[in-house]
Amino acid sequence: MLCDLKGANMGSRSVRLLPWLGLYAVCTVALADASAQQAYCEWQSSDFAIASPLCGLEGDPARGRALAADSHGGNCLACHQMPIDEEPFHGTIGPPLQGVGERYSAAQIRLRIVDEQQINPMTIMPGFYRDPAHANRIAGEFWGKTFLTAQQVEDLVAYLVTLK
Amino acid sequence: MRALLAVLLFVTLTLPAQAEPVSGYAFLDDSTREMQDDEFSNPGMVTVDRGAELFHELRDSEVHSCSSCHGENGAKIDAKAIARYPVFNANLGGLVTLQERVNYCWEINLDRFPLTPGNSQLIALETYVRHLARGEKVNVQTDGEMAPLLAKGEALYNTRFGQLDMACQHCHVQHQGQMLRGQKLSQGQANGFPEYRLGRGRITSLQQRLTECFVSFRAEPFEEGSPEYDLLELYIMSRANGLEIETPAVRF
Ligand code: HEC
Ligand code: HEC
Repeated sequence: MLCDLKGANMGSRSVRLLPWLGLYAVCTVALADASAQQAYCEWQSSDFAIASPLCGLEGDPARGRALAADSHGGNCLACHQMPIDEEPFHGTIGPPLQGVGERYSAAQIRLRIVDEQQINPMTIMPGFYRDPAHANRIAGEFWGKTFLTAQQVEDLVAYLVTLK
Repeated sequence: MRALLAVLLFVTLTLPAQAEPVSGYAFLDDSTREMQDDEFSNPGMVTVDRGAELFHELRDSEVHSCSSCHGENGAKIDAKAIARYPVFNANLGGLVTLQERVNYCWEINLDRFPLTPGNSQLIALETYVRHLARGEKVNVQTDGEMAPLLAKGEALYNTRFGQLDMACQHCHVQHQGQMLRGQKLSQGQANGFPEYRLGRGRITSLQQRLTECFVSFRAEPFEEGSPEYDLLELYIMSRANGLEIETPAVRF
């Protein structure tokens, strides 16, 4: 099933760059990845929030804080100022996240991390847990993957609710 | 909630769509500007010199060098014509970038095997020729046959790509001037290309720079010389209309 989705997702690129054998190889890789990571969990939003934790996972605020600063991880600092003073450079593209736990519930924060485009269709903020099948020209090594894992999103939610 | 949505939409849609063009030069610190302005410390001048050699080079049993048509030191090259690139040329199949024009002369007039887009000799020649037009204002055609091509280039510029699902306009229009972590976002102007990149330690063509931006939001880049990159180059160059050519610019 993941394999089918992959093939459809690759679209015109596969025709131009990859022979069928390559496509097959990509398929196997994707399956291997899925078992190593965690399969994509469907989520539902209503009233501009996602009420249930992704895959039913529980987040850890300390891991979330580290992830927000990690430029290979969430890299939220690329765009947001946050109370993470040991890191020198904070971006100014998005609003500062101090006090975000006061402004929003965990469920509202979850949707903003998962898919901010549902709130502002023009936003630059990446959807960190959008269905990868909808990506346009995603680079090969990231095919079929969400930007962050469900666990990482939950860790970030757990951290952001503490920012009062 | 709906009200919030409406406000957000209003705010984003009313951001200045076409601000005055500002060169990436304005976003540099003083020492980088000095480096660019001084031809002895500008590391891109090595490529200009390499281009000059190729421009005058006459290989064994060859009849022409570039300079036999375009003059010693490019004396017969019209800076105003260089500032028009990319141009529309029906005889050459429509949209032609400066690199493609150089490659055309290389193949047809010098009778050499054509180079692949992004080839270092091609970039050296492009750098040399555009350097000859330094100070001239970019002046890309925007009407006539170009109008529909520009519309396509603009559409690509506004298309979301990759795992991060971002468009060029997000960083270089909507959020220009803001900080992306430690990096100030410029308008992504093309008037300095090919340019020397301090962070990479090499000369970089415009289309190579596009690939870096694509990779940064985890999108599959297009190929150099592809119709998509040529259309993007056209649109980006037209945004620079009125800015002075700075080749070789120095950027991070
Ligand atoms: C490339 C830029 C960018 C990155 C990276 C980014 N954001 Fe955002 N974010 C924005 C922008 C811009 C907004 C403002 C709302 C909008 O554009 O829809 C925003 C809004 C938010 C909001 C709502 C804040 C409010 O006060 O309304 C939250 C919560 C948030 N971001 C969390 C995060 C987290 C957590 C991460 C990292 C995992 C992150 N962001 C990464 C650009 C970014
Ligand atoms: C996530 C943010 C982001 C996105 C999206 C993005 N860029 Fe960039 N771009 C940058 C950064 C950062 C730089 C280097 C600093 C600067 O000049 O803004 C840069 C530089 C450039 C430059 C060189 C400017 C100069 O003066 O040397 C060009 C041209 C450019 N980008 C074009 C594009 C195009 C075309 C796209 C879409 C395919 C794009 N960018 C998408 C972040 C981005």
